[in-house]
Amino acid sequence: MIRSYYIAAKDLKAEFRTKQMLNSMFIFSLLALVVFSVSFGDFLGDAEKVEKLAPGVLWIAFTFAGMLGLSRTFVMETENGCLEALMLCPVDKGAIYTGKILSNLAIVFLMEAVTLPFFIILFNYNLDIRTLLLLLLILLLGTFGFIAVGTLLSALTLGTRTRELLLPVLLLPVLLPVLIPSVEATAGVLAGNNIVDLFPEIRLLAVYDLVFFVISHLVFEYVVSD
Amino acid sequence: MENAVSIRKLSKVFGKTPVLKALDLDLKKGEFAVIFGPNGAGKTTLLKLISTLIEPTGGSIIVSGFNTTEEPEKARKEIGMLSHDSYLYGDLTAKENLRFFGQMYGIKDKELGERISHFLEDVGLVTKADERVSTFSRGMKQRLSIARALLHRPSILLLDEPYTGLDPGASLVFENILKSPEFQESTKLMVSHDLERGFALCNRVLILNKGRFVYDGFKENLSGFEGFKEECGPMMV
Repeated sequence: MIRSYYIAAKDLKAEFRTKQMLNSMFIFSLLALVVFSVSFGDFLGDAEKVEKLAPGVLWIAFTFAGMLGLSRTFVMETENGCLEALMLCPVDKGAIYTGKILSNLAIVFLMEAVTLPFFIILFNYNLDIRTLLLLLLILLLGTFGFIAVGTLLSALTLGTRTRELLLPVLLLPVLLPVLIPSVEATAGVLAGNNIVDLFPEIRLLAVYDLVFFVISHLVFEYVVSD
Repeated sequence: MENAVSIRKLSKVFGKTPVLKALDLDLKKGEFAVIFGPNGAGKTTLLKLISTLIEPTGGSIIVSGFNTTEEPEKARKEIGMLSHDSYLYGDLTAKENLRFFGQMYGIKDKELGERISHFLEDVGLVTKADERVSTFSRGMKQRLSIARALLHRPSILLLDEPYTGLDPGASLVFENILKSPEFQESTKLMVSHDLERGFALCNRVLILNKGRFVYDGFKENLSGFEGFKEECGPMMV
């Protein structure tokens, strides 16, 4: 586990120095929110319509902005043969996958933390602490599932010339089981439901996260091997 | 003397193309062997197999007593690899690169700090320690790459065309480190196209052609570099 932490720390150090992923993710997510809020401008006073539209908008912004970051997850490893150097280290390949998940989670959570206040302002929400905490729980579970699969597929598309095109094509269908409950749970939270009402979605997300993390952890070795 | 590397009936097939065919090789501790051969002979594939980067199709490789297929992590701890790729992160500084790889090899913090200073001094990059690797010249990257490969004091050094991109100064630094008492006892296996340099450094010459060793001899049995070229030159075509 400590080696995964070293990999994540290395990735974050390099990312915060260049901010290549962060800048593009922030800009994309904010742009998506602004475009949707402008196009839905007439409905923004109608709470019922906003409740139906806003959760989808939030997850569209997070998913596509996150995908921008995921497509670059292994790019720094391909420069100067660094992925080979990582594979030469006396660590389990699963530790590399876990390290990449940790750094991706940190970066995507940061993007979400910056984007969320804009979402609340642009869509006229007034959230209390309980609702906000519940929303954070849904974001945590949804994002983890997204990153667990996305990191694996990012490694899978590494050797292809059309990596940036191939990743969304492969990722979006696999993500549906996490996106649908995430959007539904977010809608429930924003409508003021409590945690008991959201239990089916939360349970589904938790199971998806666990299953996909374990499977991805196990198959990662074969994905990065020649 | 115990073998540092022991290879038995090693074969590797890519798709339907056999690259290595039932190779046998024993390297004793402290031996410095150099592999020559034409392009596509399987030299780099052999190093990748020993370093556990790829798995063999058949046969076995024992590195310092560890089977590379059964205990790859233990085998990797014994290996230092220097390739024509620098294996360095451009967005990190020289010191940060060495610290990261040292941590990955499980070197304790205090000892790691001492080793980083020692190797940066050896490769002449002390003044560049806190500069980003992306600002380094090719020669400087290769020097740092030498430090990275040796940082965990491997007992087996795999050197894949190490002279690529090295300026004369860096080549000298590299050769001095290899000859230093610190690494005299490590086993070295080098792949090179530079016949003269490779011959000068090694004590055993291997020639790989079309996936098989066509020559395996000790330098002392050859009558100098000219004799080697005369005897082995035709085998490298």
